[in-house]
Amino acid sequence: MSESRNAILGKLRAGRDAHPLTPPESDFAVLRNKRWDGAERMERIKRMMEAVHTEFLETTEAGWPADVQAFLKAQGTRNLLFGPATEAGARLSAEWTEGGPDLIPYADRVETFKERLFDGIDAGITTTLGAITDTGSLIVWPTPEEPRLMSLVPHMHLALLRADALYDTFWQAMTENRWADGMPTNALLISGPSKTADIEQTLAYGVHGPKRLVVVVIR
Amino acid sequence: MGETSINFAKASSAALQDQQLRGNFRRAMDGLMSKRAVQFADTAEWNGVRTLGASVRLRALSKLPELLEKLEANCTRNGIQVHWASTTDEANAIVLSIMQRVNAKLVVKGKSMVSEEMHLNAFLEKHGIESLESDLGEYIVQLDEAMPSHIIMPAIHMNTKQIAHLFKQKIKEAEYTEDVAQLTDLARRVLRKKFATADVGISGVNMAVAETGTLCLVENEGNGRMSTTVPPVHIAVMGLEKVVEKLEDVPPVISLLTRSATAQPITTYVNMISSPRKEGEKDGPNEIHLVILDNGRSGIYADEELRNTLRCIRCGACMNHCPVYTKVGGHAYQAPYPGPIGSILMPQVEGLEKRGELPHACTMCNACVEICPVKIPIVEIMGRLRSEAVHPGDAVKGAGSHASKAEAMVWKGWSMTYASPLAYQFATALLAKLGNAAPASLPLLKEWTNVRSKPRFANRTLHALAREKGIPDV
Repeated sequence: MSESRNAILGKLRAGRDAHPLTPPESDFAVLRNKRWDGAERMERIKRMMEAVHTEFLETTEAGWPADVQAFLKAQGTRNLLFGPATEAGARLSAEWTEGGPDLIPYADRVETFKERLFDGIDAGITTTLGAITDTGSLIVWPTPEEPRLMSLVPHMHLALLRADALYDTFWQAMTENRWADGMPTNALLISGPSKTADIEQTLAYGVHGPKRLVVVVIR
Repeated sequence: MGETSINFAKASSAALQDQQLRGNFRRAMDGLMSKRAVQFADTAEWNGVRTLGASVRLRALSKLPELLEKLEANCTRNGIQVHWASTTDEANAIVLSIMQRVNAKLVVKGKSMVSEEMHLNAFLEKHGIESLESDLGEYIVQLDEAMPSHIIMPAIHMNTKQIAHLFKQKIKEAEYTEDVAQLTDLARRVLRKKFATADVGISGVNMAVAETGTLCLVENEGNGRMSTTVPPVHIAVMGLEKVVEKLEDVPPVISLLTRSATAQPITTYVNMISSPRKEGEKDGPNEIHLVILDNGRSGIYADEELRNTLRCIRCGACMNHCPVYTKVGGHAYQAPYPGPIGSILMPQVEGLEKRGELPHACTMCNACVEICPVKIPIVEIMGRLRSEAVHPGDAVKGAGSHASKAEAMVWKGWSMTYASPLAYQFATALLAKLGNAAPASLPLLKEWTNVRSKPRFANRTLHALAREKGIPDV
């Protein structure tokens, strides 16, 4: 279809060259100047995410695996999908005790366990790169060790958030960390559990993705 | 008008009689308008981000051919296969050829206005491929064998009761319920099976980033992520105007888009896809294809004024605030894009012969212009298209197709009357004497008197009254 490509680009170029357009400068000050102070950031993130049914579990660096296990046990969760090759995954499997939900490693290609993933997994746990104060969003970059579907298919998504990894705006997170130099296969912002208002503007949660999003805040 | 032309006047008249429909729209739009106003309560912030968003879109348009080439180069480098389609037929053929190569039988689709423009579902069904809409609103509309009535909320014309009946009628395992959570859960059960077994996932693109070769998708439900992650092949379709230059251009546009569309500070998911599954990755599609569609857009781009139509970020705010759209709903426009933006886009894409009535579906109140987050001069373009519709030889496809000899004669007579003091005095004197005797059923007058009182002419003209006061004619 290179004929179409050339025809389209040729037409666009001719149209533009006949009537060039001089755009105004893009002034990002409105995003650059949005700032919140220390504790205010986490407060705002919690407020915004809780408004869309996100749950928060406060914990510590030392105790988070045990706290996650206790939380899931109390919820009656049968199992937890995790990435065994990540640092967090290694801690989970090392500190997981008998009697809690089963730990299920996402260790193979999805083709080998798609059926089980869709039908038999209650919860999945992932790390995050931080969160955004302005919008109340988690930054999630799936990796080979922590695949994309872990945060999407299980009915509950637990996301580990370090309390010192908070950004003011999406723009700041992106520019300060030079995302443009190397985007992953799939970068995500996640701001709550899956939801819809397609039936008479009535909010309903868990239409396709996780019904619950639990942010595990590690201080 | 040609045989395939759209009769907005007739369709809107029918819509106005439908009290249920009017109630459904009224409730939804009132709520959306007030919630959006809260999101942009800080006027300085609104002005700043709006100006930034408009500049991002204008900068992209100023470099459009180069950015599309850069997007293609970076997508290709990332492993995304790029295809170009001049027409919707060509785009459909590209999609079909990919599907036939992988022997696809079932497709799950995220919401995509371009695919509506392509009538993709009907096309695929004709070729034996089941194409299932996975956005809940689109799924409802597809079950109902109808068209979306809004670009963001496709099933907004229906209420819960209507959807409950539809599900009971069309979904085998459905029990009748008006509980929204249960209805949603039913859709989840049905669609999850489809996500797990689909051969291909199709999505639209909210923005494509030239700098990094990234496809951005915003959504709340997760069906977009499902459609672009679970099936082994992902096909994204986009209009050629959807490109932005840099990754840092994405945040302001997304902020304007989500706040304007549904009054959310951001959607549940912002999905940025830059490549198919890489070596060592355990999920994600093995192939990603990007189909870039022209379908008349390069023609729109050639015209300095009309080009502004291509700034649109498809937020739907113009329809939510349009006094015409909010009364008659989206179906009256009989177009993939309804409301103010549809009224200027559709005639440019499909020609004035077919869509020339749409620029008249407007009161010129300017509400859409005031609300547009990227400052599209919708009303100016609307006026331009009205003029194009009756003047042969101008820029838009089908220009002059709505020219009417009778109308031209009326305007000619009007112009001559106003250009000659003698003719003007004669005409006004005649109307003062005989005007009130004209029956309300006269053509043209009848359209007015159907819903309004017949205008009454004064017994004496303004000129006569002025003369009595001693003011002479000039």
